Amino acid sequence: MPYPLRIEGLEKSFAGQPVLGPIDLDLEAGAITAIIGRSGSGKTTLLRCLGGLEQPSGGTITIGDGKVTPKDIGYVFQEPRLMPWLSVSKNVGFGLAALPKPARKTAIAEALDVVGLAGADALLPKQLSGGMAQRVALARALAPHPKLILLDEPFSALDPFTREQMQDHLLHLHAHYGATMVLITHDMDEALSLAHRVIVLDGPPGRIIGDFKPELPHPADRTSVPFFNWKRRLTDLFSHRQREPENAGSV
Amino acid sequence: MAWRGIPRWVVGFAVPVLLLGIWQGASGAGLVSAAILPSPLLVINTLVTMAQSGEMAEAIGATSYRMALGFVLGAGAATVLGGLCGASAIVRALLDPLIQALRSVPSLAWVPLFILWLGIFEASKITLVAVGVFFPVYLNLVSGIANVDRKLLEVGRVHGFSPLRRLLRIQLPAALPAYVVGLRGGLGLGWMFVAAAELLGATDGLGFILDDGEQTGRPERVLAALLLFGICGKLTDWALASGGRRLVAWQDIAKA
Repeated sequence: MPYPLRIEGLEKSFAGQPVLGPIDLDLEAGAITAIIGRSGSGKTTLLRCLGGLEQPSGGTITIGDGKVTPKDIGYVFQEPRLMPWLSVSKNVGFGLAALPKPARKTAIAEALDVVGLAGADALLPKQLSGGMAQRVALARALAPHPKLILLDEPFSALDPFTREQMQDHLLHLHAHYGATMVLITHDMDEALSLAHRVIVLDGPPGRIIGDFKPELPHPADRTSVPFFNWKRRLTDLFSHRQREPENAGSV
Repeated sequence: MAWRGIPRWVVGFAVPVLLLGIWQGASGAGLVSAAILPSPLLVINTLVTMAQSGEMAEAIGATSYRMALGFVLGAGAATVLGGLCGASAIVRALLDPLIQALRSVPSLAWVPLFILWLGIFEASKITLVAVGVFFPVYLNLVSGIANVDRKLLEVGRVHGFSPLRRLLRIQLPAALPAYVVGLRGGLGLGWMFVAAAELLGATDGLGFILDDGEQTGRPERVLAALLLFGICGKLTDWALASGGRRLVAWQDIAKA
C-alpha cells in the first residue's frame, strides 16, 4: 500500500533565517505530486525534510501510519550519486543488505528491468551515460519497493531528449510500483505531464502559492490546448507574484 | 612524440644506462679513484660474488623479514586507528591530537628508547620500521575518510545506515585511493627505517653490508647493498602499486 503524507506547520530556518514555511499539505496515497517553484523557493529543503536529511525547525511530518522505516522511502537526488566502486547491480542493491540473497537478486533484476537496464548489471558507474546513471539511481530507490518516493529534480541535468525518455520511464515505474511520488522540479512541462497534482512554492521563505489538479492524461500531450492553458496559468501565477510579491498565499 | 611506440619501461632505462656508461667511462679513464667510486663492473662482480656465496640471499632475507613484519604491524595499527578516528568524531577527538603530537617526534629519535625497552635485536628494529610505516598510512586514511563526498554519505542516510555500516559501505571504499597512497608512502619510509635500524646495529641484512663496507673500506660493497636496497624498494612498490591500481580501478581518472 502506498503511503499518504501529511505536513502540518512545517518550517525550516538556517542560522535563524527562515527558508521554508509554514507549510500545511495533505498528499494522497499513490499519486504523483509535483512541487514546482523558482530557485530559492524552498522546494529541495521541503523534500530533504521529508526524506529525513534536514531536521525541521517546526511542525510535523506524518508519513503513512507514522511507523516508517528508511526502506519505505526511496530518494532520488538531482545527481545519480552512485557508489563509483560498485557495479550497477550492487548499486541497485545498495539498500537491500537486509534481504536474503535470492530475494535481493530478484529485487535488483526487477528494478533494472523496469528502468530498461537489464543487461547493464556488471558495468561500473564510470561506464554509464548520464541518462543510464540516473536510471540506475531510480532503480536503487525503487528496488526496496518503497511506499513513498521522493524525487529531487532527478532529470534536470539531462539533455531534453533523454529527459523526456526518463519522464516516460517514471510513469512506467509509477504504474509498476504504485508508490506515492513527490517530484521536485522547476520545469512546468515536466510537472504538468507527469503529476496528478501540482503544488507551487514561492519564497524565501518558501510558501505554497498554488495547488492544482490539472487532470490531464498521463503522459500529457504537450501540444494540446488544455496543457497549454495550464502552463499559461502557472506562468501567470509567477508573473503575478513578481508584480505583487505581497500577495503570498492568496491563490 | 619521438619515442611513441617504445615501451615506457625501456624509456625509463635510458637515463640510468647513460649514467652507468659515463660512470664506467670515468672509472676506466682513471678520472675517479676506485677507493671512492669503484667502477660499475667491480660493483657487478661484488654482487655476483655475494650471490654465489649466499650472502646476498641471506641479507635480503633478513632485511625483508624485518621490513615485512614492521610493515604489517605499522600498516595494521594505522588502519585500525585511522578507521576508528575517521569514522567517529569522539574517537578522533580523543586520539588524533596524541597521534599528531607523536608524529612530530622524529622517528629515529625513538631508537634509544626502543633499544632500552626491546633490546638490540629484532624487536626494536621491527618496531622502528612499524613506526615509520604507521604515520603515512594513518594520515592518508583519516584524511581519505574525512574527505568522502557528503553527497555519497547522504545516500547512506536515506538508507538508514548505522555509523558502522556507513564506515564499511561508504567511507572505507571511498577512502581506498588515499589509503593506497598512504601504504606506498609507508612502504617507502619502511625501507628507509629498516636501513637505519640495521646501520645502528645488526649482524645481518643489507644495512649490515652497508656498515661493513664502510668499516672495511670497500665502497663496492656499499654500492652493491645500495643497489639491492633500491631494487627491493622498487619491486615492492611496484607490487603494491599494481595491486592498488586493481583495487581502485573503478576511479574515473585520466590515465597518465
